[in-house]
Formats: sequence, C-alpha cells, structure tokens
Amino acid sequence: MIPINDFLVLSAILFSLGIYGVLARRNAVLILMSVELMLQAVAINFIAFAVYLSPDQFTGVIFAIFVITIAAAEVGLALAIILRLYRNRATANVDEADTLKW
Amino acid sequence: MTYEEVIFFVIAVPTVGGAIGVVTARNVIHSALFLILSLLAVAGVFILLAAEFLAIVQVLIYGGAVTILVLFAMMLTRVRDLPAALDGPQRPFAALAAGVFMGVSILSVVSTEWPGETEEINVISIEQIGNQLFTTWAVPFEIASLVLMVALLGAIILARGEEGE
Repeated sequence: MIPINDFLVLSAILFSLGIYGVLARRNAVLILMSVELMLQAVAINFIAFAVYLSPDQFTGVIFAIFVITIAAAEVGLALAIILRLYRNRATANVDEADTLKW
Repeated sequence: MTYEEVIFFVIAVPTVGGAIGVVTARNVIHSALFLILSLLAVAGVFILLAAEFLAIVQVLIYGGAVTILVLFAMMLTRVRDLPAALDGPQRPFAALAAGVFMGVSILSVVSTEWPGETEEINVISIEQIGNQLFTTWAVPFEIASLVLMVALLGAIILARGEEGE
C-alpha cells in the first residue's frame, strides 16, 4: 500500500506552492486561487490522518467536509469583495488598494 | 515500486504540476485552467485515500462551482486587460519563504514516528460519515449551513452595490 508519508509530502508541496502564490502574486483573484491550493493541502492532510491513524474516530473526514463547505462560502464572499474593489478603485491588485497604509 | 505507488505518482504529478502552473502562469486564464487540473487531480488523491464521497464533493464544488466563479470574477474585473506584471517585487522573498516552509514540513513529516498503522488504509464508508455527521457533528453541521447562507447573502449584497448605482 501507499505509505502515509507520500500523502503528507504531497500536501506539504501543495501548501508551499500556495504560500508562494499568496506572497508573490499581485492580483487578488490569483491570490484567492493560491489560497484554494492551500485549503486543498489541508484537506488532503485531514483525510490522510483520518484514514491511516484514527479509523474509529475519523474526525478528519468530517473536518475535510467542513473545510470544503467553508471554502465555498469564502470564495463567494471574496469574489464579491474583489468585484467591489474593482468598481471602487478600477484595479484588482492588492498593492494598489493601500488606503489603510500610512 | 508497487502498482499503487505508480498510480499515486500518476495522480500526484498533475496535482503538483497544476499547482505550479497556477502560481507561475503568465496568463491569468491559463492559471485558472491549471487550477481546474490541480483540483480534479486532488479528487483523485481523495479516491486513493478511499474517500469517494469527498472526491465527488470535490469535483462538484471545486471542479465546477469554484472555478467557474473564479473565471467569472476574472472576466468582470478584466484582469486580462491589465498590462501590469502579475507578480510583485517581493517574488524572491516569496520563493524563499515557500522553500523554507516546504523543507521544514517535509523534514518533519519524514522524521516523525506516527502512532499506529501507516501503511494500510482503513476504508471509511459513506454510511459511517453520515452517521457521525448527523449525530456527533450535528450542531457544527447546522452552523456550517448558517455560515453558507450568511456568506451567500453577504456576497449578493456586496456585489450588487448601492441603490441607483
């Protein structure tokens, strides 16, 4: 069978790529997509731990369902906020939305 | 290498490759298409973990709804017309931070002794998940549905804007 470490390493790589995307990108939609990658890594981790290490509790699978639910809500809200930002500032780049910076 | 590991790599390569495409593509639409590839491959990973229910949910919600929403947002904010660079000047620091994080987390995964069986998957049936979800986790489940509704309402109100706009 596949050892648990394979899944955990895959999830670590996915999460790191998400971190890179969040930090390097300027456009809010691209940052949101990188956040999605990080959430996917978290879900893989939750399920891997649930099916390998705690077969009678499997809280991880339940939590993965919650992660996916909350992520869907988050995407909807975040895209609405990005639309607002675009309408008010005519840009979707986060470094140009600097009204709070001083 | 067993055939299971071969299948794992067949699924892991598009997952990671798609993710690399998402964070490095020069064209935002390509980035979104890479995201679809990566998310569908993650559904394959869920199937390898014997979580078919989550794989189906993944394809429906991520492969369908989320990516369509993202593409719509790109269209509405006209990201394609923007001549500016997609990456900020902080890119080398981002690569450094991500690289350090990847190194540390992979090292800690490899060096940790997990309690219990780490070679064999315990199949968790949909029936078991449903029983747990509607008994032990009934209250969080209801709260999650409330969160979804509030987020939907909030999104509609935010995106609609003020009257007479």
